[in-house]
Amino acid sequence: AVGPKGIFRVIERSEQWSVGELEPEDFGAIRELSMNPIGDRIISAFFSPGKETVDFASFVRILAHFHPTETSRSRDGVQPEPANSRTRKLKFAFQLYDQDRDGKISREELLQVLRTMLEMQVTEEQLQSIAERAIQEADLDQDDAISFDEFRKVRGVDLIRDQIDNWEY
Amino acid sequence: MTSAHLLLLICLISGVTSVKGDVALLHQEVITGISIVTFKWNHVKTPYLVALWILVAVLAKLVIESFPSVTNVIPESALLICFGWILGGIIWAADLQQTFSLTPTVFFYFLLPQIILDAGYSMPNKLFFTNLGGILLYAILGTVWCAATLGLSLWGCQAGGAMGALDIGLLQYLLFGSLIAAVDPVAVLAVFEQVHVNEVLFIMVFGESLLNDGVTVVLFNVFDAFVKLGGPRINAVEIIKGIISFFVVAFGGSLVGLAFGLLVSLLSKYTKNIQIIEPGFIFVLGYLSYLTADMLSLSAILSVTFCGVSCQKYLNSNMAESSVNTVRYVMKVFANGSETIIFVFLGISAIDKTIWVWNTGFVLLTLFFTLVYRFIGTFIQTWWLNQYRLVPIAFIDQLIMSYGGLRGAVAYGLATMLDDQRIKEKKLMIGTTLIVVYFTVILQGVTMKPFVTWLKVKRAAVAEVTLIEKVQNKVFEHSLVAIEDISGQIGDNYLRGKWKIFEEKWMSRFLLTSEARKKQDYIFNVFHQLNLKDAVDYVDEGERRGSLEFVRNESAFINFKKKLGDEFSEVLPDIMAAASDDPDAMRRDPVSSVSLQMHEKTMQGTRETEDIDAHHLLQQHLYKGRKQHLHRYSRNHLDINTDDNEVQEIFQRTMRNRLESFKSAKMGLAPAKTITKHTKKDQQQKVIFIYSIEYMGYYTIASGGSFPFRVNYKAGAGIENPTFMPDPDPMAPMQIPPWQAEDEPDGSTVSPSQRAQVRLPWTPTNLRRLAPLRISTQSTDSFAQADTPASQEKDKKWPPPPPPPSDK
Repeated sequence: AVGPKGIFRVIERSEQWSVGELEPEDFGAIRELSMNPIGDRIISAFFSPGKETVDFASFVRILAHFHPTETSRSRDGVQPEPANSRTRKLKFAFQLYDQDRDGKISREELLQVLRTMLEMQVTEEQLQSIAERAIQEADLDQDDAISFDEFRKVRGVDLIRDQIDNWEY
Repeated sequence: MTSAHLLLLICLISGVTSVKGDVALLHQEVITGISIVTFKWNHVKTPYLVALWILVAVLAKLVIESFPSVTNVIPESALLICFGWILGGIIWAADLQQTFSLTPTVFFYFLLPQIILDAGYSMPNKLFFTNLGGILLYAILGTVWCAATLGLSLWGCQAGGAMGALDIGLLQYLLFGSLIAAVDPVAVLAVFEQVHVNEVLFIMVFGESLLNDGVTVVLFNVFDAFVKLGGPRINAVEIIKGIISFFVVAFGGSLVGLAFGLLVSLLSKYTKNIQIIEPGFIFVLGYLSYLTADMLSLSAILSVTFCGVSCQKYLNSNMAESSVNTVRYVMKVFANGSETIIFVFLGISAIDKTIWVWNTGFVLLTLFFTLVYRFIGTFIQTWWLNQYRLVPIAFIDQLIMSYGGLRGAVAYGLATMLDDQRIKEKKLMIGTTLIVVYFTVILQGVTMKPFVTWLKVKRAAVAEVTLIEKVQNKVFEHSLVAIEDISGQIGDNYLRGKWKIFEEKWMSRFLLTSEARKKQDYIFNVFHQLNLKDAVDYVDEGERRGSLEFVRNESAFINFKKKLGDEFSEVLPDIMAAASDDPDAMRRDPVSSVSLQMHEKTMQGTRETEDIDAHHLLQQHLYKGRKQHLHRYSRNHLDINTDDNEVQEIFQRTMRNRLESFKSAKMGLAPAKTITKHTKKDQQQKVIFIYSIEYMGYYTIASGGSFPFRVNYKAGAGIENPTFMPDPDPMAPMQIPPWQAEDEPDGSTVSPSQRAQVRLPWTPTNLRRLAPLRISTQSTDSFAQADTPASQEKDKKWPPPPPPPSDK
């Protein structure tokens, strides 16, 4: 769960806490995030599309994605899927790529992510070839984009099991 | 061909044994004259036999390895035992008595230490210490549990009459339990090395097998003493002494090992001039640590393990490359040889009529209980352990862990050390121990692989990961770091971070040569890698464009030397050699990914642009993210990775992105031209001031150190993101950071970093990175001149770098 320290930190740094909501610039106050290649994307992940602020409840809900996966929960279909279920975690990660929320990672979106994560020396053509290759490897239905299902199954090995269980702090 | 080998072997052995008989005859002859040649068997007997046995064992291994189809199914250790049986049979037939067997002395002093030393030296430290809690749990609690339950159950069964007329006291049962309970490192290694399970599972079982020696030694000695004392004299005091002795033995042994490890590391610091004897130290000192611990009745295995574990890092850094390879290789040779001999002798020792006393009930029940209690114990402990683990141990892994609890030569050695005066049934125990060993090594060893495959145990990751996976791994990593920052939670790496700081400050300074320390330095590594990359690109570029370009840019190489200066003169040859196209020189260098690329390049000639291996590229160029730098990260200082190119690049890029989106978001405002006098509100000023100071700090570092600038961290002062800034008044344009300003910015708030333009021209012909790089143990004063603008031609002189910090 979110540590109390953390929330206070964000509060401290924000000068508009009295409103009870966080705005993007409050996140900007966290210096370390500027050092993070995908820092800005993480920040925007906290905000639902179209909304300019995030209230405390939503904030915690997003953070809850990072709670250890509960595998023992029975899926009875009646309960809404918990935030920290594997699928939801993966969806969260998927949305880091898929900024326009159309359910697919297009080549352009992948390129954008790659651009932020790769060093400056990599030329545009090299980037293109990496993106090309990545899509080739993952794209099963040949639509030149990676859908959520393709994202989950990479190379037959279920990506969920391998990676996302370790996605905790 | 191989059957001829076998035949030869057999002849050799029988020849040796029959010669022994003949020797007696020779002695009785009277010397009548000078003999031209005499047969002096007695003089060479012992060393000859030793050498011969080693030869036999190694030849056996050779023979076995020439049938890979067999070794895939049956592990080598099992085959060696079978070979031992055959050999034992031959010797028995020749001599009618078992002349050779595995004596405790030979085993414990000449065969075991090198195996353990090799295990400790090649232990994956990080993995080991991460899982240390679990390993200790299994080693200590698990062994005690197995010993106690086995002893008690057997005693209970005896009382219940399942063993016929056997009458062994409870204490003796407990003693027997303690020697049988221990998982054996030699056997575990031998079997698991063919199965390749995932690393966590392996380290758990293997670590347990190493560390449980502490418990085994204590239990054995305590119960042995109890047996000698006799029943009535055992009271609470003795029991308490027993418990205390556990702590003393275990920790004492580890400390002895650590001391020797540090000693050898220290010694390696001074062997620069006599590199030829460097490899010798670790063997001698490792062995001494074993003997010393044993002399002090502490745990010898623990001692050797920790000696190896503690010295590996320093030895690998301090010693010359050839010495490092020598040590690694020779250790493996010794360990392998020992292992082979042990298994062969385990086989031979069986063919001895004198030791076999059979009691069906005893044997079968021992087997049964060993297995059952191991399973139960493992499952209970894992269930408890999983409450505290981040990644719980899967059920299937637990099964394998239980099944992989193999017994081996250590148990046998301990059994032969039993006092047969007190323990009437020693022979029975020895026999039973052997049966248990055979059962676990052969049966469980053979079935392990199919079991693992059938259960779909997660194997060691060998498969090539796809690109998207690699990218995704990194995304995960970065996300985690980001979330950690947002929530302020200190990650799991906190302790490790602290240890790293301590280790760097005290231990590395003390134990590493100054050269090694430079190589350790992270910046230097980055620098080195970047240089290599430059060199590679440079050569590529030259090749692509033709020799003229090559000639024209030759001056760049000269600059390389000049810029580096004296500080690096000792390591310069390394870099120069590495930068050259010599693949052999490259291979020496431990920078793996670059050398691979380099090697490939030289092998395949000029790369076409289309032929770029996307994987290599990705591997090499992905930003590493902060978790890997965490040991340099202190949450209290501003200078978070200020000496890292990567950080700057990310930072600039982020800022640039924000500005661009800011600009597009605030369209309609006149594009900012200058940042002129600020007579605005204080808040604005404060904002800009903080803003600019921080940027100043980063940018001067980026631009090559106009001034060494240490900014004090103000809690709460963040970097304002202009995109998200509320836009209270038309003075918004002022928030464009200084470096984007066209004109000379106002001196009062912004430093004149004209050089700090954003364009980062990165072409191979600009070998800008080749600049004096200050290395310091504090990450504050280093500056990397990565991001200098193309205006180099303006012949700006770099200000002379500040004098090196005094702690150098």
